[in-house]
Amino acid sequence: MKQLISFIQKEFRHILRDRTTVMILLLMPIIQIILFGFALTTEVKNTEVAVLVPTNDEVTDRIVDKIHASAYFDVVKNIHGTNEIETVFRDGKAKLVVVFENHFAQNLQHTGKAHIQLIADATDPNAANSFVFYAGNIIAAYQQELSSQGKEGLLIQPEVKMLYNPQMKGAYNFVPGVLGMIMILICAMMTSIAIVREKEMGTMEILLVSPMKPIYIVLSKIAPYFVLSCINFATIILLSVFVLNVPVAGSFASLIVVSLIYIFVSLALGLLISTLTSSQLAAMMISGMALMIPVMLLSGMIFPVENMPTWLQWISNFVPARWYISAAKSIMIKGLGITSVLKELSVLSVMGITLLLISLKKFKIRLE
Amino acid sequence: MNRKILHNADEVIIVENLTKKFGNFTAVDAISFEVKRGEIFGFLGANGAGKTTAMRILCGLSIPSGGKGMVAGYDIAHEQEKIKKNIGYMSQKFSLYDDLKVWENIELFGGIYGMKDIDIKRKTNELMLQLQFENERDKLVKSLPLGVKQKLAFSVAIFHNPQVVFLDEPTGGVDPITRRQFWELIYDATAKGITVFVTTHYMDEAEYCDRVSIMVDGKIEALDSPKNLKNQFQATNMNEVFQQLARKATRADS
Repeated sequence: MKQLISFIQKEFRHILRDRTTVMILLLMPIIQIILFGFALTTEVKNTEVAVLVPTNDEVTDRIVDKIHASAYFDVVKNIHGTNEIETVFRDGKAKLVVVFENHFAQNLQHTGKAHIQLIADATDPNAANSFVFYAGNIIAAYQQELSSQGKEGLLIQPEVKMLYNPQMKGAYNFVPGVLGMIMILICAMMTSIAIVREKEMGTMEILLVSPMKPIYIVLSKIAPYFVLSCINFATIILLSVFVLNVPVAGSFASLIVVSLIYIFVSLALGLLISTLTSSQLAAMMISGMALMIPVMLLSGMIFPVENMPTWLQWISNFVPARWYISAAKSIMIKGLGITSVLKELSVLSVMGITLLLISLKKFKIRLE
Repeated sequence: MNRKILHNADEVIIVENLTKKFGNFTAVDAISFEVKRGEIFGFLGANGAGKTTAMRILCGLSIPSGGKGMVAGYDIAHEQEKIKKNIGYMSQKFSLYDDLKVWENIELFGGIYGMKDIDIKRKTNELMLQLQFENERDKLVKSLPLGVKQKLAFSVAIFHNPQVVFLDEPTGGVDPITRRQFWELIYDATAKGITVFVTTHYMDEAEYCDRVSIMVDGKIEALDSPKNLKNQFQATNMNEVFQQLARKATRADS
């Protein structure tokens, strides 16, 4: 135990002496939150749509057909009551629900006016905006068609409703993404560099000749970065609640549980990288290539996973951040409990355990 | 040659037919020797002769492919963890942690070897006096000159009072005066009963050893006191002895 304490002390001294790195690590989340707070455009393609048609008639059929026929949407579900809207969104069956009013065609003919409600899942506000815009265009085009047939003066009025994120705050979407990225960066990249540094300096040799247990070396390397990640986690959450006014809708405890599992996966990943490389530069390159790029591009942080080509979607399954970000979004934004992110939790756990087993097996007790 | 090796209080290292193979390559080829308590044992050989491999086995970093041996009373094939508690190690590459202060480095290694805080404090004070280091105590190691670092590294390697200390080319790149001072530290250590096992490329340093072994192509070709070796090879200094033996080597630099 004394061994472990002396060693953890040493690791903290290393980090605290390296002021620049600490500053970078502590400021990075703040800067990223601000940077990624800006909106990015998202493309809409084959988005799942559910429709609620209380009274089927010629007009509603035409509109549903038109929506389905467009490249933007696929009508995948017919629902039969407003109470089902919530379920459809929560299960991720659809991103947009089109609700027609009762006796749609009759109203249109008799009063010259009918209402459609477009309800979008605004967890990703940019996407939601686009969905509503495209759907609105399709409806407007149909109205044009009616006028050209001589039925002028008929008005179909779309009414838009954003669920989960009524004020369309872009930051909602980026907070989980930044969390996912910062934590993998600090835990995986910094841990691997810290371990490889000992190899490169030759001090690993001394540690291996000493009675120090390898597991202690690993644990003490991990300790300071774990503390740093926790500080960053707190910074990001505080920033998002008090500066961006993005509350944590779900249970804070669930968010912490998910985050801890994600940190565990990241640390195991860092350990694995450190066993595969013998120079700090190589560790940095691998972390950059294998972590940064997939996390930025494939995790759903910037580009929605649903809009990717199938083969990229398939690859994105192997990016831990994808699962974390999805879980964090559900908890932070949709306000769901831990039971609704069980899939993400189990995927992350399996990833963590697998990585840890591989890396412990590869972590060389002896130098050869 | 199936005699069982027993721990002998007078011999800190006993090695018999120690062999290490990597595939078809025999890095260490059935070497046998003994090192007495309190002795300075010079372990010489050209690069690639197999001395680093042999030393790693003795330190518990590598498992031998054949033969047997005891270090500090423990079996090199099965009791590596116990060996590690009883030895010290210093290599040329190692120069402590640069970004830690002098006393922090000492405290760390004291802690790694399970020493009590009180003992660490007391011995640190003693060591600072002995090395005349009181002013450097709070300095970062990276601000010290190489020779001073190496002296400090040696003192740290024997800080936990090991039975034997392994020095892998400890004076590489150090100026002659500091080297001389370094060897004074080695003599002090043997006076305390610590056995010193040292590899070096400096033949003048070989003269300081009580006994010297010279490895060529994985085998020990000569083992005796520097004086006897010079007589045996009719040489005036250790460098000539070494040259005569090393000339036979067929293995290239590793």
